Amino acid sequence: MTDTTTTTEPVIGGARGAAAPAPDVTGATGGGRASRPPRGRRRAAWGVMSTRERVIRYALLVVVLFITIGPFLWQLSTSLKGAGEDIYTANPSFIPAEPTFENYLKVAAAIPVWRYIGNSLLVAAIDVFGNIVFATLAGFALARLQWRFRKAVLGLFLATLVLPGEATIISQFVTVKDLGLADNLVGVALPGMIAALNVLLMFNAFRQIPEEIDQAAVMDGANAMQRLRYISLPAVQGTIAVIAIFSFIGAWDDFLWPLIVLQSPENLTLTVGLQYLQGTFATDQRMIAAGTMIAFIPIAVIFAVLQRFFFKGVEEGGVKG
Amino acid sequence: MRANRWFTPWLLVLPALVWLVGFSLWPSINTVRLSFTNASPLGGVSQWVGLRNFETLLADPQVWEALLNSVVYMAVCLPLLTILPLLIAVLVQQKLPGIAFFRTAYYTPVIASAVVVGLIWTWILDDRGVVNEIVKALGGAGIPFLTDRWLLLVSAISLTVWKGLGYYMIIFLAALGNVGKDLHEAAAIDGAGAVRRFWSVTVPGVRGTMTLVGILVCVSALRVFSELYILTNGTGGPGGQDNSLVMLIQQYARGFTGNLGYASALSLLLFVVTLVPMLALARMNSKADK
Repeated sequence: MTDTTTTTEPVIGGARGAAAPAPDVTGATGGGRASRPPRGRRRAAWGVMSTRERVIRYALLVVVLFITIGPFLWQLSTSLKGAGEDIYTANPSFIPAEPTFENYLKVAAAIPVWRYIGNSLLVAAIDVFGNIVFATLAGFALARLQWRFRKAVLGLFLATLVLPGEATIISQFVTVKDLGLADNLVGVALPGMIAALNVLLMFNAFRQIPEEIDQAAVMDGANAMQRLRYISLPAVQGTIAVIAIFSFIGAWDDFLWPLIVLQSPENLTLTVGLQYLQGTFATDQRMIAAGTMIAFIPIAVIFAVLQRFFFKGVEEGGVKG
Repeated sequence: MRANRWFTPWLLVLPALVWLVGFSLWPSINTVRLSFTNASPLGGVSQWVGLRNFETLLADPQVWEALLNSVVYMAVCLPLLTILPLLIAVLVQQKLPGIAFFRTAYYTPVIASAVVVGLIWTWILDDRGVVNEIVKALGGAGIPFLTDRWLLLVSAISLTVWKGLGYYMIIFLAALGNVGKDLHEAAAIDGAGAVRRFWSVTVPGVRGTMTLVGILVCVSALRVFSELYILTNGTGGPGGQDNSLVMLIQQYARGFTGNLGYASALSLLLFVVTLVPMLALARMNSKADK
């Protein structure tokens, strides 16, 4: 729950976008080049990469690629291997010899996986909706309207960032229980529905719109809601996209909070249900692999489709005064 | 800017403010109150027990074990997750053909649930998983990654580091945009090689960000839960020796043996413990600025 959108923290720190490339910063390519004679450097114009450097860079990129997504591919491969194929072997093949979807069907037979997906989607939908709408409204009021106590309220939002979510999780559970929402998906979604961090992100985004535009609109008689609708909103779409992506990912991936709130097997979210799969079917690695892929693939697809909004949003949020 | 109706800003900010008070501020205060009671997860009347929870806590060997685990976790993660993501950020900063693909791919472990990556690594590090099968084929003895008290901690740390690479890479990538290109040029003309430039231009240029990342790494190391939970299958390792504070909190939040009062006392301890690296690193940074 608390992981929602933390990735955009540098935006708050006031960092710049990652746009400007500083050529030839090859700190990672090892010490061999440190003692090269000046002649070699003069020959290549500044910023133009030598073929050798290009090769080294791509080689390193591929090594890191292998480290970061290798485990996912290995899991995908395991999930597609048939019952007859040996998965316990020292020279494993990445490509399944007898590819099959049988393991995925087994998951659906062992746990109500469609129901869990629905549960996770419901929680994620509530959190995405809440964060987009209410963080936008609050961020707008804090950044674009003049009112008493504005600074105090802003300070309040900032102060709560210091609290680690896990430290208040018990009393949040007590609150949700008192509301009669224990073992209930609404209870899972509720606390994450408006995150202070997202309010601050929206505040940050709204603040970057030049003041003069607003003043001109006020002269023309536009009220606060009209200025929000027609002037400010179009300028902060990138940040809204980032918040939407990360609210979704945060809710979909969350484990600790639903683990504490939910009890009944039919109410579980997908992550908690998967952990149940591990406990009960620990011996069938193909099936557990299929289960993890069911949880992972939707989020990977969503991120792959929306990644340019994410990277753009990170840059957009960063370019501030 | 001209005045709106006075209540317009309050209306806009109200829902967020209600949430802030209801789900952040009040729970913080309530945690303190609960820590002096013996509230049960199953409800019922709770009693005021004074400082008893804190006395129990100080005498609880599990708590000390969890704190030890956290210190180890932090000490290993801090250097690895401040240096490696910076190196990767430097690597992907250059706009080469296909670089967007690499950036996105490096970010994949971040967007995956800790449960998903935990299960993936459980399979890789399993007694009969790919690592052990290779070790055995090379003539070595199997490595008990998931059953040995310390190897479990090492495995969980590796998982945290692996999952954190892309996350901190993005933070550094944003910061690297601020490091002047001309500084690099000047250093290169003065004959500084790539490694030299990394240490004397890049690192000083992102020092503030390194402090921020350092704080984030420490705090998240202290808050670790899912990695240890999944790798130990919820047991906390042999004899519960691989528990973290948050795992203890979760265990006391459930069932007949649960005690929300004690879990709240643990939560307060967690809060105090996370303040230490924040203050220490913030202070270090302000000193270095002078």
